[in-house]
Amino acid sequence: MFGAGGGTSSYQEVEETDLILLWGSNARETHPIFFHHLLQGVRRGARLVVIDPRRTVSAQWADLWLGIDVGSDIALANAIAREIIDAGLANHTFIERATSGFDAFAASVEPCTLERGARDTGVPAAAIRQLAHAYARADRAQLCWTLGITEHHNATDNVLALINLALLTGHVGRYGSGLVPLRGQNNVQGGGDMGAIPNKLPGFQDLEHDRAARARFAARWGAEVPPRTGWHLSEMLDAMDRGDLTCAYVIGENPAQSEADQRRAIRLLSGLDHLVVQDIFLTRTAELADVVLPASATWAETEGTVTSSERRVQRVRRALDPPGQARDDIAILCDLARRLGHDLGEPSPEAVWDEVRALSPMHAGMSYARLEASGGLAWPCPDLDHPGTLFLHARLWEEDPARRGEPAPFSVVAFEPPVDLLTDDFPIRLTTGRRLDSFNTGVQTSGYTSPLRRRESLDLAPEDLRQLGLTEGERVRVVSRRGAVEAPVRADPILRPGLAFMTLHFPDQVATNVLTIDATDPKSGTAEFKATAIRVERLGEAATAPVPEAVAPAGGRT
Amino acid sequence: MTASFVAPPRRLVTGTIDGRPVTVPEGTTVLQACRQQGIDTPTLCYLETLTPVNACRVCVVEVEGSRALVPACSRAVEPGMAVQTDSERVRTSRRLVLELLGSSVDLSLCAPEVRRWLVRYRADTERFGPAQAPEAARDAARPGHHGPAETGGAETCAQPVKDDNEDYVRDYSRCILCYKCVEACGTDAQNTFAIAVAGRGFGARISTEFAVPLPDSACVYCGNCIQVCPTGALMFRSEHVMRGDGRWAPERQTVTTTICSYCGVGCNLELHVQDNSIVKVTSPLDHDVTRGNLCVKGRFGFQFVQNRRREG
Repeated sequence: MFGAGGGTSSYQEVEETDLILLWGSNARETHPIFFHHLLQGVRRGARLVVIDPRRTVSAQWADLWLGIDVGSDIALANAIAREIIDAGLANHTFIERATSGFDAFAASVEPCTLERGARDTGVPAAAIRQLAHAYARADRAQLCWTLGITEHHNATDNVLALINLALLTGHVGRYGSGLVPLRGQNNVQGGGDMGAIPNKLPGFQDLEHDRAARARFAARWGAEVPPRTGWHLSEMLDAMDRGDLTCAYVIGENPAQSEADQRRAIRLLSGLDHLVVQDIFLTRTAELADVVLPASATWAETEGTVTSSERRVQRVRRALDPPGQARDDIAILCDLARRLGHDLGEPSPEAVWDEVRALSPMHAGMSYARLEASGGLAWPCPDLDHPGTLFLHARLWEEDPARRGEPAPFSVVAFEPPVDLLTDDFPIRLTTGRRLDSFNTGVQTSGYTSPLRRRESLDLAPEDLRQLGLTEGERVRVVSRRGAVEAPVRADPILRPGLAFMTLHFPDQVATNVLTIDATDPKSGTAEFKATAIRVERLGEAATAPVPEAVAPAGGRT
Repeated sequence: MTASFVAPPRRLVTGTIDGRPVTVPEGTTVLQACRQQGIDTPTLCYLETLTPVNACRVCVVEVEGSRALVPACSRAVEPGMAVQTDSERVRTSRRLVLELLGSSVDLSLCAPEVRRWLVRYRADTERFGPAQAPEAARDAARPGHHGPAETGGAETCAQPVKDDNEDYVRDYSRCILCYKCVEACGTDAQNTFAIAVAGRGFGARISTEFAVPLPDSACVYCGNCIQVCPTGALMFRSEHVMRGDGRWAPERQTVTTTICSYCGVGCNLELHVQDNSIVKVTSPLDHDVTRGNLCVKGRFGFQFVQNRRREG
């Protein structure tokens, strides 16, 4: 944020803050060890507010739970902002010194009264007011979020709406006050850091506009870097649809099952002229490939680094020999380069990392030896004497305007409901998420037996189950505008009437992504996994027949 | 720019340990001071990541002017405090603690230093006579319902292994009631509260609510209790099975620290590998992200890498 693509704070700060907002995150299940740190904060007296459509196990720890309607986060944020301004609680000293665009922002949220906020979000006005006052009055506050914010068609606007709140109150750039996006995969932060973003070079250096950075890379690589923004994943799928993208090289990703609107994804991947998949498993995507390159598992069979949600770069190490013909990703890529006429040699992971350090200033101080000795360093870490950076944007609090630098901009963002509208035909809002013991499409977690595991179900509010005349465990047809799947229903009291929940963990049993919509955020390319309109149809008598055991994960319980 | 944070300065306090003057920052425990002096102090229930519970009493020291022996693990050094770590009272008390535990509990899988302490304090674990017959149903024992004391030998905690789930087993014949698992499951780390101490006196035992099997309890299989167990009472099922088959071979194992492959928190894993297979997973106590704690995926979700081997 404000130009740095990472969360502002360290985990230790959530232990030493006064107010914790957990927005669109069920961290107790999805980021359990972060939640340990959060609970230490709660034990030390921090108040916890959870904003989530479901009353999750995280929300059950909260002082205040705001059961927001799916996809109305901007409406809530704007109502909070309006209340903070209206009540005279905005931090005007900070706003004047360190931000820009406040007047336009204030004007844009002026109509967002508590009453309108309550209407748009389903959260009582009194609760919105309580949150607004608590956040504005807290000495220190951490605003944490996960995919409940980012898996929407307006993901970037959602994040900007949260940043506005931090700017309004000065809850950024100080120890214990910050913005904390929790990353969903062990190296999604590192992927971005390394330039796996369409318009960035490693270290978030701008591909199109940073001429000096391009020149450094060109000098090192002996080849010009084309100053052309690439495509993100959703744009690639669209390009496949248009016929502009005809070949794909997929490394460690299972888009045939992980993409929203799965039937379209499979159709597009199948229609490619050439598909190469490099993975540790023969995934569904690999089954569609012309060439499969077996890879070693990065976390246990190779040397390297990954970056966590607190921007901390840590070492992964080789504990096992990879099986069969599986090889390191670096070795495969260098071999491929050689076949394509570029001899990159056989660099060690450390040599590759040292090249990163030479080209990305924020990583320059992170030698393998230092990473080893320190247990990881958080970027920016520009030289070998730098201790790494606990929290970002301290500059915003500097007295000296020169050191304060560019002001952080407010953004005017408007509430737009989810694309997949609720109608009489599709009256129920389906949202998706993870369970504690499983992960994404189950490629990794299906490998172990968990006593907690339940097979996939359509979770409904007990009231809805009764109203639909369904009994627990009954198989139903779940229909969205894109497709239908069958699944057993389960009553879950953490859901409010009108809200349903499924996971993406068991795609071979229930292909949830047949239902989801591929409406994507134009800026981040994230699809709206969190908001699908569905209806539930009874299957009739045949449906109550027991599900064959074979579809349950081995050893799993129902 | 990184702001640096300096803790408020702490006063220094001076006392003596075994007659030697010792100066430490205020708040330092007697145990920490002893360790700084290189005095080997036995501990069973103490762990640096957990709040001291003073349960085992094996670390007790004698403090001049104090009627009772004091636990070194939780008592802070005070100005002028005179500590004896090897007096007759201390040695007797430590010996008795080790004898009571050693006579009733299977200590064979404890860390090697426990055997060293048994020798050093001349603990005679046979002195209470041969073990009595195990109690039939320890889990059913109710507080206050003690039978008349038996005189025919040493009471024993021996009981069948609880093997009720795929991830880990509980062998309470090895349990010394150190409370570490209860603390790790409770406010010190996991805050799940699946286990607590039930019963009183010799009937006290670690139990789920109403002694239900783990899959019916609140347990979420983080395994943070296994991590802190000092006696092998809590054990990865993989280790339990391999020990049963005679395949467990620590001397052939390597331990490699890496990062978990699941969410983006960045938990450090220690992979214990034997014959190119992960046999158990721990986490470093001294790393500030995990402090030894993991979730079910990090602790047990490693099998997928080796399933590839089996599938060829």
